[in-house]
Amino acid sequence: MADAPAAGPPQDLPLYEPPAARPQEPGPMPGHGPYQPHEPGYGLCAPQGGPCEDPTSEQPPPSPRELALINAKAYLLQSSTKSGLSLYDHLANMLTKILDEHPINAADIIENISKDVKWAQFQKKMDTLRDEYEILPTFELAEKHKVLFLKGNGDGDQEPEEEITDTPLPNVMETAFYFEQAGIGLSKDEYYHVFLALKQLVNTQPIHTCRFWGKILGLEMNYIVAEVEYREGEEEEETEEEEEEEEKLIEEGGKEGSEVEDEDEEKDDDEPPKSTYKPPAATPKEENRTGANKFIYFVCNEPGKPWMKLPPVTPAQIVAARKIKKFFTGRLDAPIVSYPPFPGNEANYLRAQIARISAGTQISPLGFYQFGEEEGDEEEEGGSGRDTYEENPDFEPISVMELVESLSNWVHHVQNILMQGRCIWINPIQKSEEEEEEVEEEEKADESDEPQQEVGPPLLTPLSEDTEIQNIPPWTAQLSTNLVPQYAVAVIQSNLWPGAYAFATGKKFDNIYLGWGHKYSPDNYIPPLPPPVQAEYPSGPEITEMSDPTVEEEQALRAAQEEALAAAEEMEEMEEEEDDDEDD
Amino acid sequence: MEADGLGLEQALALAAGGGAGLSPEKRAALGASLLLLRRDYRFQRVRFWGRLQGLRAAYYIADGRATDLAAPPQRLYSLNCVEWSLLPPATEEMIAQTAGLRGRFQGDPSYEYESPERKEDSDRIYEDDSGLFIKEETRLVATIEQIDRAVGIIPRGAFVKTPLGPVHENRNFEGLSMTEAKKLNSYFHFTEPVNLKNKTLLEKADLDPSIDFLDSLEHDIPKGSWSIQLERGGTVVILRSLLWLGLTFYHIPMTKQYGYVYFGTGEKNMDLPFML
Repeated sequence: MADAPAAGPPQDLPLYEPPAARPQEPGPMPGHGPYQPHEPGYGLCAPQGGPCEDPTSEQPPPSPRELALINAKAYLLQSSTKSGLSLYDHLANMLTKILDEHPINAADIIENISKDVKWAQFQKKMDTLRDEYEILPTFELAEKHKVLFLKGNGDGDQEPEEEITDTPLPNVMETAFYFEQAGIGLSKDEYYHVFLALKQLVNTQPIHTCRFWGKILGLEMNYIVAEVEYREGEEEEETEEEEEEEEKLIEEGGKEGSEVEDEDEEKDDDEPPKSTYKPPAATPKEENRTGANKFIYFVCNEPGKPWMKLPPVTPAQIVAARKIKKFFTGRLDAPIVSYPPFPGNEANYLRAQIARISAGTQISPLGFYQFGEEEGDEEEEGGSGRDTYEENPDFEPISVMELVESLSNWVHHVQNILMQGRCIWINPIQKSEEEEEEVEEEEKADESDEPQQEVGPPLLTPLSEDTEIQNIPPWTAQLSTNLVPQYAVAVIQSNLWPGAYAFATGKKFDNIYLGWGHKYSPDNYIPPLPPPVQAEYPSGPEITEMSDPTVEEEQALRAAQEEALAAAEEMEEMEEEEDDDEDD
Repeated sequence: MEADGLGLEQALALAAGGGAGLSPEKRAALGASLLLLRRDYRFQRVRFWGRLQGLRAAYYIADGRATDLAAPPQRLYSLNCVEWSLLPPATEEMIAQTAGLRGRFQGDPSYEYESPERKEDSDRIYEDDSGLFIKEETRLVATIEQIDRAVGIIPRGAFVKTPLGPVHENRNFEGLSMTEAKKLNSYFHFTEPVNLKNKTLLEKADLDPSIDFLDSLEHDIPKGSWSIQLERGGTVVILRSLLWLGLTFYHIPMTKQYGYVYFGTGEKNMDLPFML
């Protein structure tokens, strides 16, 4: 390197150590700055000599090796335009980490170490406490899932022959396959878990038929619903217990009431008068196994968690459920805060919605079910129509194309729920004998007030009779595939209850519900208004206010009365005189 | 966000907790046609956005982005997952026009809705009424744009903003941790931030400007419009929007996998305040 004219090193080389830090560094670096010696800017960008530089000391120019070293270092110190990281710093951090931790085979995992160091940049440096080992709920759930996969110990002793034939367990994976062809359903893993959970349910409860009804989504947790029918006689014990409890409560309540009344009679003067208002008797709920309570429903939050039985539904709950629209939280004991107040908690609301959805969307191909032999007259009081059906052994499968083209090839096989909240109408005026006697004494109900009997569409009505929702057809039918119509599956989805699907192919069909559990309405939900203020009493002349007569009016009245009196007396005197005259 | 190819399978499996999915036929068709879309339109990445169920047919929507990830994506729709048509970009005018339309989608892109304004001006029959009929395609575009704006979310840290402005994907994003994943403030809306400026200085001091440059979900109105759950035994975090029923966001904590799909009817849930 030939000597170059004395000029300070260019100061704009990034991160290049200034000569002040290294006093042994020679002066100008010819050919390495942005300006080459022959260019006009050379030598102008740097002051002529730094403050610490000793112009007299003439250091030998750096050897090529040192130069290369300095250049290489300068390059390494250059920060990346994308992330602001410089290779020099990164390598320094990496080597520090390696030297601190001394991993085995560091050369093999060097890329991972590099990634970790980069990642560590994004993490905030929190305090230096050790991380707590989190006992995650995921592990508990995994434990529960594992239990599902193990065969129960007690079942191993039973003869396997019993289980293979005639098991109430439905073939969930088969239905899952058909629904998947239509693009509906949960993932295969989840289906399998549900399958095993149902098996667990079947083993623990005395069940006659069981079906995977569907999944209802909730805010915190979801519900997996199983529709179950108990074996004959199994579940009556529970209802008897419930009824006994209810009767005891009523008796106790009655005794308390009478005691209170005795006391009240003594203190009649002090107590305000008791109201004679009797709330209208609640519509009695339907018996188990009939109507809306035909099936028992079990729910669980996740497969593996214990199954919980939902209570039977009462008509009051169905009527209230029609008026509110609330999301499910996922906890069965959550209260439902709504107007009108819902009589029950989330378990009851869930049950009511399940009942409504089943009544509205459980369908089957025409002919699969038929009515049994006629039981009794149809002209019996109430005219409830038939409410039982059985499988048709001579069912001939309808072709898939026909199922899709015409909705009349599908029928509802669950009874419609009337406005009253029951499937079979009951006259609410029928009271018990005691109440009737009281009623006769006090009032007589007018015959015109009797509610009209409600009639709904009978069982096994075809879907073509369903009403439209404001020009939207209530059902949409499609083939699962247009490319391979020979093996297509007919799929039908409800527009009234979004999330309700049914498929049919050949002799197989099934229904499922996967959704949030609410009805669709094109208009927004409007909460019902509170009822109008009740009238206190009818207004009549006795209680209408009138202004009091003024003093002048009273005096005038009295004067008029006195005149009349005086006139009357005169009349009497005159009559007496006449009589006297006559007597004489 | 990458949901083409293998990513699609997994995305669908994870989002299927809500009951909606694709049949194997559609999935296979999508695998092929999304790749072709990427080639034809020169996208850098294409993903399956979701399915909008109409009365007679369903729309399958895909969106593709070029290199700049912050630019609005181009959206395409198809009725059979094989042939795709490009949708026009959404404009404010479109959104305003279709704001009054209610009810389900018909399933026919050329179906025309009567604009609600037209019904009021029934005197003006003599005027040219071509502008008062709204095509279903327009409604589709506006709805998708609204959904993306309102509920398109990403986990915190997935994207970084450089000091110069452009937004890049964070190659070092390794997923949220389990505790972070259950909190709503670990997720951001992937649109222009609205609430960020309103934060107090104290809150802003805690933010990291390279990562926290978007609105988080914590301050969504109404409160509680997201349902956050752990599914599949707790391995996947699923967020479901209650405002647009059908939007499902999934993320496997401690991994790079996340994404969202929409399977629904394309209607906003206006009853949300009553339902909570």
